[in-house]
Parts: sequence; C-alpha cells; structure tokens
Amino acid sequence: MSLLIRGGRIIDSTSTDDEGRTADVLVDGDRIVQVLDAGSEVRADDVLDATGCVVSPGFVDLHVHLREPGREESETIETGSRAAARGGFTAVVAMPNTEPPHDSRVVVDFVRDQGRRAGLCEVVPSGCITVGRAGQTLAPFAELREAGVRFFTDDGNGVQDAQLMRRALEYAGQLGLTLAQHCEVASLTHGAVMHEGACCSRLGLPGWPSLAEELMVHRDIELCRLTGSPVHFLHLSTERSVDMVRVAKAEGLPVTAEAAPHHFTLTDEALSGFDPTFKVNPPLRTPADIAALKRGLADGTIDAIATDHAPHAPHLKELPLDQAPPGMLGLETALALALTELAMPLRDVVAALSWKPAAIAHLADRHGRPIAAGEPANLTVFDPSATWTIDRGQLASRSRNTPYHGRTVRGRVRHTVFGGRAVVVDGAATK
Amino acid sequence: MKHVRSIEELGVDGIVRILKVAEHMAEVNRRPVPKVPALVGKTVVSLFFEDSTRTRISFETAARRLSADTMTFSVSTSSVNKGESLRDTVETVSAMGVAAFVVRHKSSGVPWQMANWTDASIVNAGDGWHQHPTQALLDCHSIIGAFGIEPTPSCLRGLTITIVGDVRHSRVARSDIEAFTALGATVRLVGPRTLMPPDATPWGVEITDDFDATLRDSDVVYMLRMQRERMNEALVPHLGEYSTRFGLDAVRAARMKDGAVVMHPGPMNRGVEMMIDPSELPRSLVTNQVASGVSVRMAVLFDVLGGQEVAS
Repeated sequence: MSLLIRGGRIIDSTSTDDEGRTADVLVDGDRIVQVLDAGSEVRADDVLDATGCVVSPGFVDLHVHLREPGREESETIETGSRAAARGGFTAVVAMPNTEPPHDSRVVVDFVRDQGRRAGLCEVVPSGCITVGRAGQTLAPFAELREAGVRFFTDDGNGVQDAQLMRRALEYAGQLGLTLAQHCEVASLTHGAVMHEGACCSRLGLPGWPSLAEELMVHRDIELCRLTGSPVHFLHLSTERSVDMVRVAKAEGLPVTAEAAPHHFTLTDEALSGFDPTFKVNPPLRTPADIAALKRGLADGTIDAIATDHAPHAPHLKELPLDQAPPGMLGLETALALALTELAMPLRDVVAALSWKPAAIAHLADRHGRPIAAGEPANLTVFDPSATWTIDRGQLASRSRNTPYHGRTVRGRVRHTVFGGRAVVVDGAATK
Repeated sequence: MKHVRSIEELGVDGIVRILKVAEHMAEVNRRPVPKVPALVGKTVVSLFFEDSTRTRISFETAARRLSADTMTFSVSTSSVNKGESLRDTVETVSAMGVAAFVVRHKSSGVPWQMANWTDASIVNAGDGWHQHPTQALLDCHSIIGAFGIEPTPSCLRGLTITIVGDVRHSRVARSDIEAFTALGATVRLVGPRTLMPPDATPWGVEITDDFDATLRDSDVVYMLRMQRERMNEALVPHLGEYSTRFGLDAVRAARMKDGAVVMHPGPMNRGVEMMIDPSELPRSLVTNQVASGVSVRMAVLFDVLGGQEVAS
C-alpha cells in the first residue's frame, strides 16, 4: 500500500528556516521510501493533497488523560486516539491516573493494546512513580520498564515526600528512565479551586498559590542536581517556575519542561463566570505568567507543548465549581492555539510539538524523525493559515469540555499519517 | 434587573434603586395589614442547599407580603439526597412554572451556573464565600436609617465603616465591602492576615490588625461571625486569643466614637467576637438589620419580578 503526499512544504528537525522545501513524500508500508521534487511523476495507491500545507513529523503529546480503564464515560482510548489523530498527534503519552492506575504490567499492557486496537496513533503508557499514585512506596520500575515504559509520573499528584522522590530518582535514573513531576505542594493547595490572587479573593474561592508549584520545581531541580537523574516538569504554569528551569538548564542539569496551551492562552479571570470548564490543575494564572511561558517556549526553556488533555463527562462539569473535577480538552486545538498565540518561528512550534517531546518520551527512534527515505511514516500535514472556529460539538473526544468553544483560531491539521496509513484525511478520521 | 446575584452586577444604580423601593416596603410593613398584591400569581421558590432558617424565613416573609406564592425546597427532604444533580433539580422545579429562585449554596458561583438551566430570575441568598447581596443591601438600609441619610449614589460618603474578623471566608464581607465602597464609604478591614483574602488590593481598602486604633474614628463597627470550625485550620492560635485581639467587649465599646453603631450579620458567637450583649452597647443595629431584611428582600423580589406598582 503506497501513499503519496503531494505538494507540501517539509519542515522537520533538519530545517534551517520556515520556508521548507516543497516536495512530494512517497510512503510505502510503514516507511517513507522517497522524498521527491514536487510534481514528480510517481505512482501511488493513494494521494493526499498537501498544497499550501506544511508536512512535518507527527506530533507527540507528552500529557494526555485517556480515562480508560475506569472512566470510560469521559473518554476511551479509541475516542482519545481519534482526537489525537485529528490534532495531528501520532503518539500520545497516556497519564497513569486511571482506575486501576498504571502501576503494574497488566495495566500498561492493556493500555498499549487498546491503543493498537484503535490504530489511530501510538498510545504510550506512562508508569506511576509510586504504587497507586499514593506517594508511599515505589512503583515496580524494572517490571514496568520490561513492559516498555520509560516515562514515569504520578500526574494529578505531586510526589510530596522529598526522600521518596530522591529514592525514585536514584533508582529509576539507573534504569535509564525519566521521571516527570506534577509540581504541587499539596499542603498549600488544600481545597483550592483557582489561582491565588486578586481574582480568587473577589470570587470567594480558595486559592492555589503559585508558590505551591514553585517550591516543588525548586526541590526537584535540587534533587536532579543531587542524583544526576533526569526530571521532566509537567504543565509549568508560573513565571518563577520558568525562570528556575531556565537557570537549571544553563547549569547543565538534565531537566526538561512542558507547557499546556491553556496556560499560555487563558487567565484566572476566565473563572469570573464560574464555569467549571475553566477549572484546571494547575490553574489558569495571570498575564505575567502567560508572558513568561511564551518567553520560555520561545527561548527553549520549555521544550514541549503538551496538552494535558483531560476529558470530563458533561455532568461532572455541571457540578458546583469547587466540586467539579479539574481539566480541559486539548488534543484537537493545540496546534491552532500555538500558531495563533505564539510569536515563534514555525519550525520552533513544530519542534515543541514533535521532535522535542519525542526525545523526552524516549520515542525518538520512531517519532519526530526527519522526513527522509527509510524513516517511519508518522507524519502530520497542516495548513498553517487556515482559520476556523472551534466548536465543541465537532470534536472527536467523547467529552465536550473545551474552554475554546466559539473561538476563531488559525492553523488546522489536514491529514495525519500514522504507521504509513492515513488516519485523518481532510480533517476527518478515517476510522 | 433579571437577577440579583452580586453587588457588582447590581451596580451603584441598582443598589440605590433597591434602597429607595425598600423605603416604600418599610412603609408597607408598618401598616396594620402589611401586604400588597404586587406579585400575585408569581411563584418564588427557596432553594436552600445550606441551612439558614433566618434568611429563608426573611425571604419567604418578603415574598408573601408581596402576595407571591412561595415554595420551599430544602435539601434534607429532597431528591438531592438521592443523587439528583443541581441541574436536574433546577430544571425540574423550573418546569413547575417558577418566577424566581432564591438560592443558597455552600459553593461559590452556583447562582451563575443555575442561570444556564432556567429562565427564572435568580436571587442569591448566599453562595460560598462569595456574595450575599441582600445582606449588604439590608446593611446599607440599616445604616442610612440609623444616620438619617437619603439613598443616593454617594450616600455613605464621609462614613468610616470598619469590618472586623474573618473576611476571607465571608460572603457578607465581600458584599458589604463592595456595596459600602460603591456608595462612597471609607471601608477598613480589621483582622489577622490569615483571615484576610490573599489579595484585597482591588478593593482599595485599608487592612489592619490593630482593632483598638480603629475605634475612635469608626462610624460603623461591623463584627463578622468567627466560625469555630476555623480553629482546625491553624488560622488563629485559639479562640481566646482571637477574642482578646478582635472581640468587641465593654472596654472597646466605651472607646467607640460618639454616635457610632455596631452591626453583626448574625448569628452571633457570644464570647468569641461578641464579648458584650448588644443591648449594652450605646447603639446597636443588630435588630434593625433583621427588620431591614424583610423590606429589602421585598424590594429585591419586586425588582427582579417587575411587579405592578406598590399600592400606596
């Protein structure tokens, strides 16, 4: 089965500018077999038109909640994979806070297999750092490593105990694994609903202070220094967090970081109408934090754009604000928000969506690869100038909790090729 | 106004409008038969997800004096205990033909969420720590009554109002601060920083922990209720220390400015913030507040339900 992607501009990790070379990409089986001058005479079983579009390596999302097993009313691995494919992602790292969580081989095997069955992108299970994400005892790192897990986190919870985190870094680092931290000192965020500041003071809602994130960022930078093991910072949301990571990187420490589109596009004022759609953890913060995240993305302090895609069934987001679960959809809107809101070269946006997260998740052998003969055919074709209006009714996710309903954005995924097969054609999933 | 959910939404014009109508309602309440047909045929539902007999009775009295039909939906006897969602409750009761909901909920923002699910008017009878607008309106009504002021957009100018206690967790304080400052008063907050909101700068009010220093130039000393549950959260060392620093006792009362008044939203915690019986104070508005409550809530219901003119 061969596939020709015709007439797009190629932007990959070897690109030196935003123009890209206009070329035709011929795929056969699960590999790219040839990159030809545009308009070459070549025969293929299927042709995808990429005129006016960018052809890039497939996107990699370090941070998605697929809810299966346990919360299938909000999302399944299949519906989440479809949302991912429509967002241009060819690999997603599934967070471990399922029921049961990813702390045993049987669960991570199940998640990976369900991803294969859906066949829309690679579903990469993360592993828990602690058993049950309870912060008490270490998860079986070697057992999970045997099952192919390389990226570990208790996401949703930060590892509170500094000694336990030290041990985890020492033990897992030796196995070549990466630990990712949800930075939140829980004693400072008990009952918190939104960012602590003037807005929460006015709205009478318990605040989630920036300090609760920053203390743990600081602690884990120091634990990284002590142990030499890599630390990835999930969903950074504050200015000082970005500054600390910048300094740590300058010191040569093996730290990496991600930011979510909602944290660089929305502020705490979005909660003024008390709509739980805008409740997320860590919370939406201030214009100064947004500016800092954008600077961090632009200068590479923040390596990756990761969505923290967090589906919740409608009835859960109709609970009173303090009881509603935090989280918002992200997979199908990430590219557009990045292109609309970030004043960054196109190549850098694609880097933050593709090869940089691929490297952090230990997927660089098959995702985020250069577009060249012999490479795996995991590709995204997107129109960087197409404008469209986000409509929650048109999303592939099983849930509807996008904070961007009605927002007009620029940049849209047209085709996604995963494992050599077109899983999204002209914006529609093929399965 | 369709809803009365917060002082901010009401705005200074709305506050003044309601205070003026409340004067008429107070007159109605002084009649031998304190009842007018303004809201005949309209149904007002009290939806109380949190117990508050005083506020609920005040609203229901107000509704009946305007000849509205009233229904009470209290959680202890409702299907909410069988797992019915807020949305289903609101939609179900709405379908019975309701003109206005009077809602109290322990979660901030519920009156705004409810507005997505009903066409009825919503009157906020207290949401979380957020707002309790009718309390602020009745407090304004009590103050202008006590000082003989007409309700105008700057009617509290020249008055210094000192609010003492747990502002952080108080919907009364949030509504009062916004209403008092909107009408031109100088507002001061007294309490330890642990009981203040994290960032009060947008209100532009002075914050101090020196209660004694505020006494001699305060025209109103507004005591907030100190909830004993707060002791579990290490916000103050113990109630005794709180009382010593922030309780109103006879010594402090004696140091108050001549003509100054003491207010409290009730229910009082005697021996905690109130170390003196209100009857022993030179001027207490505590019972005036309760009486104002009915007149002000009549004015609020009249405002949102756009009834006919009050029969004179």
